[in-house]
Amino acid sequence: MLSIDSLERGVVIDHIEAGKAMEIYNYLGLDKLECSVAIIKNVKSNRMGKKDIIKIEDEIETDLHMLGFIDTNITVNIIDGGTIIKKMNITLPDKIVNIIKCKNPRCITSVEQELPHVFKLTDPERKVYRCAYCEQQAEH
Amino acid sequence: MKHLLDPMDISVEEIDELLDLADNIMEEPEKYREVCRYKKLATLFFEPSTRTRLSFEAAMHELGGDVIGFAGADNSSASKGESVADTVRTVECYADIIAMRHPKEGAALVASQNVNIPIINAGDGGHQHPTQTLTDLLTIRSLKGRLDHLTIGMCGDLKFGRTVHSLIRALSRYSNIKFVLISPKELKVPRYVKEDVLKNNENVTYVQYERLEEIIAELDILYMTRVQRERFFNEEDYIRLRDSYILDTEKMKLAKDDMIVMHPLPRVNEISVEVDKDPRAAYFKQTLFGKYVRMALIMTMLGVNA
Repeated sequence: MLSIDSLERGVVIDHIEAGKAMEIYNYLGLDKLECSVAIIKNVKSNRMGKKDIIKIEDEIETDLHMLGFIDTNITVNIIDGGTIIKKMNITLPDKIVNIIKCKNPRCITSVEQELPHVFKLTDPERKVYRCAYCEQQAEH
Repeated sequence: MKHLLDPMDISVEEIDELLDLADNIMEEPEKYREVCRYKKLATLFFEPSTRTRLSFEAAMHELGGDVIGFAGADNSSASKGESVADTVRTVECYADIIAMRHPKEGAALVASQNVNIPIINAGDGGHQHPTQTLTDLLTIRSLKGRLDHLTIGMCGDLKFGRTVHSLIRALSRYSNIKFVLISPKELKVPRYVKEDVLKNNENVTYVQYERLEEIIAELDILYMTRVQRERFFNEEDYIRLRDSYILDTEKMKLAKDDMIVMHPLPRVNEISVEVDKDPRAAYFKQTLFGKYVRMALIMTMLGVNA
């Protein structure tokens, strides 16, 4: 198995559905970080068969609860001193801000660039998010 | 009620109070002639309108208040690229209440997030137009005597027609409402409206038809809509669909004697002018009701009483 050094301090995003790591990398804007980021794809998993993992060698400021918008099975471990100091349960967030953009050309966000792109959870059962401004359903 | 952005911002009880106030204004208009003295309404219309803007302005004048504003984005700093937020922050310095129409969906929400005075959404693109909904509710209650136990035909552009979506949402809170949705397949009610409002709602049932004459005989209310050019990206689609559904005297012969015909106006050719003489044609009365319900709304949002 490919060996990636264990983290001394940072964040491990685990149990990502295989193939979705790059999507999460982009959503979280990890390309803008100065620290090392490892994307490990197609890791063997007893529970999932195959999974992706992202390891970030630092704290990040992004609200990781937003990951629930992508997949509620994702787990997040915060590492310090080489040990897990916090496990985050990821649930569907009530609101997501500036993670995805509204694609409705009639939405006010299409012409006023400084507005935050806000989506609200309107149907938890079907995991439907709608734009707070125009109510267009989120696509991702 | 701080702002009115969406017809669902108002509870059924609040709607009853508004409609009762509008009824009283119609009965005793002289009682209300000075209630908004020294108050100013700003009408910010970033896109064209006749009825909505003039009815807001007439409403404020009849309450003794003043009106400032602009009609058309070209006549405002929006033409220089000013944001909605900056425009309303400026207007807040001059007015007590704002009625705003904007071509982009969600513009009224943005306005409401940036000021402390009440914002009335007078139409945000194809999204919401709550004062049209209040107008429609006052018209129905005044002419049919109730807002429940009704069969309502909605005909024409049910896909882009915001008035239809808003009215469906508002009426779905009353009991025993049957919607008859009459449109070409290209202009059917969007799936999200059906899923959010019509399905699993014990108050309402709905059926869909493609031809008006098949079902007109069963209707208590026929709500006609215009196929709007500005909602289409493609001129060819507009031309192909605009004449799909035209109400004429022949179709009116099939309807009940006490059915009423409503239309948010302006019409293009979807109601033939000869229908105007039919006593069941209620669309110009509806326009008048629009002024009275806006008077009631302005008073309520400004917190003034007679």
